[in-house]
Amino acid sequence: MTTTTLSARRPRFGFWTTVVGLLLVPFLIITFLRFTKGLGAVTNLNDSFPWGLWIGFDLLCGVGLAAGAFTLTAVVHLFNLKRFEPIVRPTVLTGFLGYGFVIVALMFDLGQPWRIWHTIIYWNTHSVMFEVGWCVMLYTTVLALEFAPVVLERFGFHAPVRLIHKFITPLVIAGVLLSTLHQSSLGSLYLIVPSKLHPLWYSQLLPLLFYISAIGAGIGMVILESYLSQRAFGRHLEMDLLEPLARGMVVALGIYGLMRLQIISRNGSFSAITSFSYEGKMFLVEFVLGVLLPVGLLAFRKLRTNPTWLVTGAFLAVLGFVVNRLNVSVTGMERAAGARYLPSLMEIIVSVTLVGVGMAVFALAVRYFSIFPEPKPAESDH
Amino acid sequence: MTMGLLFDATRCIGCGSCASACKEQNKLPGEVEERTTAYTWTTVKPVEGTYMRKLCMHCQVPTCASVCPVGALTKSAEGPVVYDAKKCMGCRYCMMACPFDVPKYQWDRPVPIIGKCILCAGRITKGESTACATACPVGATIFGKRDDLIRDAQDRIKQNPIGYVDHVYGLTEAGGTSVLMISSVPFEKLGLKNDLPSEPPALRTWQVLSNIPSFVAVWGVFLYGIHWITARRDEVAKAEAHTQSEDRR
Repeated sequence: MTTTTLSARRPRFGFWTTVVGLLLVPFLIITFLRFTKGLGAVTNLNDSFPWGLWIGFDLLCGVGLAAGAFTLTAVVHLFNLKRFEPIVRPTVLTGFLGYGFVIVALMFDLGQPWRIWHTIIYWNTHSVMFEVGWCVMLYTTVLALEFAPVVLERFGFHAPVRLIHKFITPLVIAGVLLSTLHQSSLGSLYLIVPSKLHPLWYSQLLPLLFYISAIGAGIGMVILESYLSQRAFGRHLEMDLLEPLARGMVVALGIYGLMRLQIISRNGSFSAITSFSYEGKMFLVEFVLGVLLPVGLLAFRKLRTNPTWLVTGAFLAVLGFVVNRLNVSVTGMERAAGARYLPSLMEIIVSVTLVGVGMAVFALAVRYFSIFPEPKPAESDH
Repeated sequence: MTMGLLFDATRCIGCGSCASACKEQNKLPGEVEERTTAYTWTTVKPVEGTYMRKLCMHCQVPTCASVCPVGALTKSAEGPVVYDAKKCMGCRYCMMACPFDVPKYQWDRPVPIIGKCILCAGRITKGESTACATACPVGATIFGKRDDLIRDAQDRIKQNPIGYVDHVYGLTEAGGTSVLMISSVPFEKLGLKNDLPSEPPALRTWQVLSNIPSFVAVWGVFLYGIHWITARRDEVAKAEAHTQSEDRR
């Protein structure tokens, strides 16, 4: 790697670098408090609200928004649409970092995180959490293997790279299978609470809803991340790849939106929306941001081919997705719990810092490994 | 034979002996609190002109045991739903899932565990009654075989239909529980859920989880099939391009 390419990729001290830098000190103090005084000292969690931001955002959104990785590897390696190859590496890296983020967040949220390996030796196959644990463990390994060639190449280890390439199809299939299982299982986690979760969100189809919305928002995340790296590293936006991806996102979110409406009309909870109840309002926020606007905007070719609108649509889809997961895990549970939950500032700081660290690691990786395709020296070869 | 408790709210005088005995038996720190916590496994409180106990219901098919990823919660043969703190990693899914909101957490400890009534499992295996039932001075909480308790409860309702709501709480709720309750006041007014399905919630997830092996097989073959077809299509296209260029030559 020569210094010229490095300097060409020199990242600016952007927003996220600053945020991480500023938050690192309070983050360390909170970490210390968390492990010396207990969860109650730093979170707003209590016996009526045992799961909060770290599950609703860090776990549910961290895993969900990393869905771009399995979607894109399937598109390229299974559906054989090789033209998307250039954005596979950054997407797989985002996926890997996303899962890393989830695992670190669990280190904060679990009461006794040093026992996380207990899922390996104590089995309960009736538990959705058991399945999620195993899938996350295995899929993080798959993502690491899928990304390994980038690192191995950099240090000149070619034999293991050849080995991975040889087994790329079974590896990708394993990745898609594991993702399908645990993306949907995050929804299955809530199947057990029919008497607690508000009917606007509870459905026997929760696993399918979680899976499809993760594909939609995962694609949105790929677009968003292309935009962010384009801004940070002065790259051009691969509109010829992102535009068809946006079409996929519109289809996924469209199917998802229709399913949501059908379920709600069938279980008769439309009145909760029309009466503008607390849950109804939160549903509208989620549905307008995450489904109606992105689908409505990006269904039009003119808007989809315009970088600004494309990125706006993708951003809304991701935002709506986050609101949805928080609605399932917090809003929808509040009535049954008889309590309101708002995360404490300390909970928020931990989550934001971890996201920031993830972004900083991404920026570093882009600097030292060849994540994005090298701009061709002369645009003459096609 | 599974054992259980029958709580008759009409007989309770609210003295709190059960709650104190529970604290002592299970060596729980502090005074009896207002609500059940990780350190107060049972309470008795005045509600709607009667007294109501709160404790683990010890479901026949416990939701908590079904959701625990490490199997720290289990239903023992004698009836109690017991907790192995050594396995627990603190995911708190049991708290989320419990239809009766029973498991509580030690939020104030750096090495926290779940706290909940274990139906004095140690005493039961020795053939003794639970601490709360033993302590009750008026027989409001009695210990016995679940089947006998159900018969007893139904007899009491039959003999005094005006004095009781015609329902044994725990007979079918969430698939049935080892702790049964009868009262003169409708249970929903006493803070108990009256809309719990008689089908154990655990079955809902098992319907999904039990399909995983067949799903993996079908989806795996399907995905490989897609790859096979698309890769073959590429090969054919390449071969055709090759022959065409040969022809041109």
